[in-house]
Amino acid sequence: MDFAFSDEQDELRQAVRRVLAAECPVAALRTFDAAAPEQRTTLARARWAVLAELGAPGILVSEPEGGLGLGDVDLVGVFEEAGWAALPEPLMETAGLAAPTLAALLPAPMAAAALHALIEGPATFAVGGIDVTESGPTSPTTVSADGLLCTPRVLGARDATIFLLACQDPDSGWQLHAVPATSCVVEATPALSSTRDMAVVHWPLSADTLLAYGVAAEAVITLLADRAAAGSAAFLIGLADRMITLAADYAKERQQFGRPIGSFQAVKHLLANARVKLEFARPATYRAAWSLATAQPSASHDASMAKAMASDAADLAARTALQVHGAIGYTWECNLHFFMKQTWALTRAWGDAGTHRRLVLPQASRL
Amino acid sequence: MAINGRVWQIRCAMDLTFSAEHEAFRAEARTWLATHVPTEPLPSLDTEAGFAAHRTWEHMLFEDRWSVVSWPTEYGGRDLGIMEWLVFEEEYYRARAPKRVSQNGIFLLAPTLLEYGTDAQKARYLPPMASGDEIWCQGWSEPDAGSDLAGIRSRAERNASGDGWLLSGQKTWASRGAFAEWCFGIFRTDPEAERHRGLTYFLVAMDSPGVTVRPIAQIDGETGFAEIFFDQVAVPDDHVLGEVGAGWSVAMATAGSERGLSLRSPARYTEAADRLLDLFHQRGGPASAADAVAQAYMDAQAYKLHTYWTATKVSRGHSVGPEASCNKIFWSETDVSIHETALSLLGPDAELLEAGSPGEWLDGYLFALAGPIYAGTNEIQRNVVAERLLGLPRG
Repeated sequence: MDFAFSDEQDELRQAVRRVLAAECPVAALRTFDAAAPEQRTTLARARWAVLAELGAPGILVSEPEGGLGLGDVDLVGVFEEAGWAALPEPLMETAGLAAPTLAALLPAPMAAAALHALIEGPATFAVGGIDVTESGPTSPTTVSADGLLCTPRVLGARDATIFLLACQDPDSGWQLHAVPATSCVVEATPALSSTRDMAVVHWPLSADTLLAYGVAAEAVITLLADRAAAGSAAFLIGLADRMITLAADYAKERQQFGRPIGSFQAVKHLLANARVKLEFARPATYRAAWSLATAQPSASHDASMAKAMASDAADLAARTALQVHGAIGYTWECNLHFFMKQTWALTRAWGDAGTHRRLVLPQASRL
Repeated sequence: MAINGRVWQIRCAMDLTFSAEHEAFRAEARTWLATHVPTEPLPSLDTEAGFAAHRTWEHMLFEDRWSVVSWPTEYGGRDLGIMEWLVFEEEYYRARAPKRVSQNGIFLLAPTLLEYGTDAQKARYLPPMASGDEIWCQGWSEPDAGSDLAGIRSRAERNASGDGWLLSGQKTWASRGAFAEWCFGIFRTDPEAERHRGLTYFLVAMDSPGVTVRPIAQIDGETGFAEIFFDQVAVPDDHVLGEVGAGWSVAMATAGSERGLSLRSPARYTEAADRLLDLFHQRGGPASAADAVAQAYMDAQAYKLHTYWTATKVSRGHSVGPEASCNKIFWSETDVSIHETALSLLGPDAELLEAGSPGEWLDGYLFALAGPIYAGTNEIQRNVVAERLLGLPRG
């Protein structure tokens, strides 16, 4: 039993924090928020180029395949830092979902080509067509009148190079495709968070893009959904930590009744409750990363537990931070909303807390 | 990964499995418990007969060196680490072994004695504590000093010959106080000093002349705690733990054990959550209950994981710090929610005091309700979290 990060893992996390502090400060989120679509693409590509230069997209890919050969336990700290910074780019989709999924499908030529693009980049991947429900993954992908497939709610679609898209047929089951952006029609969807670019993607169903189908695709997609639950839990931990920190800093500064509002017990207890919830969601999230890294039989259970606990912790952190800020927190001028909106989106993406509680229960067993 | 010119090469060092040695130790503990745990539950330890029966059980544990596995061997332990202690606790609760009547001594006072005690004090007090021959109670709260512990008024004055102390005052809510042989308490030795200063930590024999005990019936009707009156109780100098006047910091070490790792091992909650799952599978319940069951189960798991996380830190030589207050809030509220959920599943049967389920859930619920109050109320813990972890100003 050695439940801790190594010194190197801690240093990696600190290094990522420094890079993101330079590349993705709140001022950059404001610039991104105010930019026209084509400018957003330029900004996103510039930031991604820095992350790609570091090797971030291929963290989980083995060194012979051109990646860094690191594991989920290394990645969880990177995701936490990305959450802390409210990074707009699809880091989890590219590094945490597409990369290991494609690597697992090697040496299939289609997977090899897509993985090559991911490593050699700078290419971002969008992932869509998978929803997590109480009965497991289901696909929201439908067939439109023009014969194209239509996948809603795809993050980072505008700037993606390759799309990992799933669909589900009542008879033949799951299919997973790697579709080049040039074959897709992307239709931006207005959404809550201006730092999460959402879109509907229209794409042609073709044997040329097929990565896996049937039982094999189902296994790949089930694991991908677990990785998404664990990865978004890590983002949410970072977001929750950031919001609690913002609110505590504000409570030390803001004066009412002649003293800092953080000296009042009513305010202290709000923040303490949020801090406690975060404190206990963290080890659950780190355990999920370890279980995925070491392919534990409990990985799915552990990922669901992490997502349930981190979602609740981040939701409470958001509500608490808003309440502690008071009216200023309700304004566009205050930075808090960038973090709250990513939180509100991510707590519901890839299965909300209630969904994951119901996924945990049948797997809950005597210890 | 290259950042700032540095190449990162990391292997996954994290390991959430127990070693073969730990598993062998687990098997040994499991086997011993299977053959020694009484088949019939002992009477409540808050009755005279139950107290005696639990003391006999402590003797049995001690005889085979199971009562305090993490202590040095010279005091009756096995000199094992915190991970082995956690493994033992998991097996202990799994076996549904009796409550530890010596818990105030072995889990709270002992870590403080090991840190602050003289060699002579350790040799004098630890072995009979480990064997159950001497049971300890805690003399901290007073009628006017509960959450405001630094407001205690019980005092200690030098005796006429200058070689000891005379204790006077009143302590209350002393768990095990009705039957214990010894009491550890804090008394004001310097009436001029401000609040936290001028306090001293004393070890007092309960049969000393001038000690009067008045048992207090608790919410369940049993005498789980007591008032203790001190009337010029003579105590020699070597009954002071730590420095004279340093009682507050010594007491905070005890409080750290109380809130942190040693008082409430996660096994207690994972075992209760397992029984909750069994109850849910037997009786079923509405969808809303299923969510509560899942949450209670996850909270118990999360507490276990957090404890492994903390224990890893401790075994690397770090101390626990104010995070212990997060712990105390979480375990106490988890305990309440596990039992509340069980009572919801039991529905109208929940009020019945039958042997076994549902009676054990009701007993457990009443016990759990004390958790957010003792060891420093959860409101005080929230102040600690806000001030010491989040840096908010004192009110």
